[in-house]
Amino acid sequence: MTNALANLFGSSPVRPLEKHIDIACQCAEQLADLVAAVGDDSWEAAAAVRDRIEALEQQADDVKQEIRLNLRRSLFMPVARDDLLRLLHLQDAMANRTRDAARILVGRRMAIPEPIAAQYSDFVTQNIAAARQARKAVQELDELFTVGFRGAEVDLVSGFIEEIARIEQQADDAQSALRAALFDIESTLNPVDAVFLYELIDETWRIAEAAEGIGQCLEMLIAH
Amino acid sequence: MQPEIIYIALAAIFGIFMAWGIGANDVANAMATSVGSKALTIRQAILVAAIFEFLGAVLAGGAVTDTVRKGIVDTSELSGTPELLIFGMLAALLAAGTWLLIASRNGWPVSTTHSIVGAIVGFAAVGIGVDAVQWGGVGTIVMSWVASPLTAGVIAFLVYLTVQKLILAHEDPLDRAKRYVPVYMFFAAFTITLVTILKGLKHVGLNIGLRDSYMLAIAIAVAIAAVGALVIRRIQPDPEAERDQHFITVERVFGILMIVTACGMAFAHGSNDVANAIGPLAAVISTAQNGMITAQSAVPPWVLLLGGAGIVVGLATFGRHVIATVGRKITHLTPSRGFAAELAAATTIVIASGTGMPVSTTHTLVGAVLGVGLARGVEAIDLRVVGRIFLSWVVTIPAGAILAITFFFLFKAVLPAG
Repeated sequence: MTNALANLFGSSPVRPLEKHIDIACQCAEQLADLVAAVGDDSWEAAAAVRDRIEALEQQADDVKQEIRLNLRRSLFMPVARDDLLRLLHLQDAMANRTRDAARILVGRRMAIPEPIAAQYSDFVTQNIAAARQARKAVQELDELFTVGFRGAEVDLVSGFIEEIARIEQQADDAQSALRAALFDIESTLNPVDAVFLYELIDETWRIAEAAEGIGQCLEMLIAH
Repeated sequence: MQPEIIYIALAAIFGIFMAWGIGANDVANAMATSVGSKALTIRQAILVAAIFEFLGAVLAGGAVTDTVRKGIVDTSELSGTPELLIFGMLAALLAAGTWLLIASRNGWPVSTTHSIVGAIVGFAAVGIGVDAVQWGGVGTIVMSWVASPLTAGVIAFLVYLTVQKLILAHEDPLDRAKRYVPVYMFFAAFTITLVTILKGLKHVGLNIGLRDSYMLAIAIAVAIAAVGALVIRRIQPDPEAERDQHFITVERVFGILMIVTACGMAFAHGSNDVANAIGPLAAVISTAQNGMITAQSAVPPWVLLLGGAGIVVGLATFGRHVIATVGRKITHLTPSRGFAAELAAATTIVIASGTGMPVSTTHTLVGAVLGVGLARGVEAIDLRVVGRIFLSWVVTIPAGAILAITFFFLFKAVLPAG
């Protein structure tokens, strides 16, 4: 049976978006375990963590596809469809960049050189913190829809967004310091390893960068 | 057997069939918002619908019944052949009922009101003559079909804006909700009661003065708001559930309000839609009994009772399943929005009933939901449905008309002339 009133309500992307960032964030969190396993030189454990990352990334992709298919052009929403798609893209980027970093680490059996190992590990922690803060902000999305994007709830989320930007700034500074430290020891490294270490740092930092983009995207949703 | 008896019996059968169809299908749209937002269980929704549909039909259904009965067909040229009006109204009932059956089988968002008006206009224009249609009256009715969703949309938009500003946007929305929700209850009860007293009751032979009408409406509204406030005060936050969704307790407060607006919605629906079944029936009865077309006679109360009863039976047999199905699909409409949509739709429909305009309950409710959506209140509305509703307008009126014309000539050939 179809009914005008029942069909009036399109499938809302709000809860699926919250579910998606939860998966993407879980995916990013695995990177800490992976770096720990690599540090212990236990490649079997590292491969297992990489498999978990690949699985979570795949899961995020599936949810993303489902959201996209349901986000028809005929939907009338309190926010712009394009902003939601951009938010989804950035959330997905957190999972994708985590997967890329994991592939470099495990695929090349790439031990982090001793002088920068601790620094890289801290850097990963900062990136995960950015992802978690982004998740915290996105999980307020249903409340934002409930209040119609105004009032006390908006102030709360704005605070969360500022916090994402702050963490991202820290991660960015840490990235510069890490690159400088890598440059200092560059001549002692195998040139191919050195190139891939730069790439690893870059992929890792993309997680925080995506988190910051998520914050900006939420700001756009609120401002509209 | 006397032909009059056959006419009245047929009209009663078709009228009850139509009322049953309205109860089975249409009432679901009036009640599903409350079930979908979990303000009422299905069992409670049926009970509310049964009581208030019936009350709406009997207390406030008179004006629309009069419009359907004698506001569309110009009977001045029929004084010599009253049986033509009888055949026509019988044909219109059967045509609208048949069309609704076809439409609901195929899932088209067809309005009961549009079907019956299309059918009556059809038999009158073709069966009797183009001049036999009161085109001015029909024009007003068609305009009310555009005006009612728009009005409901504007009211819903404004009501939901006040909900956002006064309650949801605040630091402590629960405290604000407990304070303001009884005020909304007052307004919901006041408008519906006032319109009913001013416009509806004279059709059941009750005449209350203007001042007394206002006093009575205020008294009833205050009583309802006071009971509501007492129930609301008992609601305590559940910290376990709050962790996931901060507004869960606030929504429970709105849930109580939605019980009031659901009653209003059922009342409004009864007051407007029962006329679609009862109007033609009343026309047949008064014409057959008097052997002539009498424009003056009032709708017999037992006819309104019959219509109300038909709706309740339809509700009890099929309506419950439809309510459950529709309710499951519209869970997005939380009580804070659902009440705004229902309040707007119920007010609009009751005012339409008071002025005798047969409007579509479903379309008015869709307009109200769109109004809440414009205030950024609904997560996702599928606009294709709005397109389909426009299409159903374009199709329903000629479809109802063609069926009515066919049945009209069939009855004219088969039934004995009085």
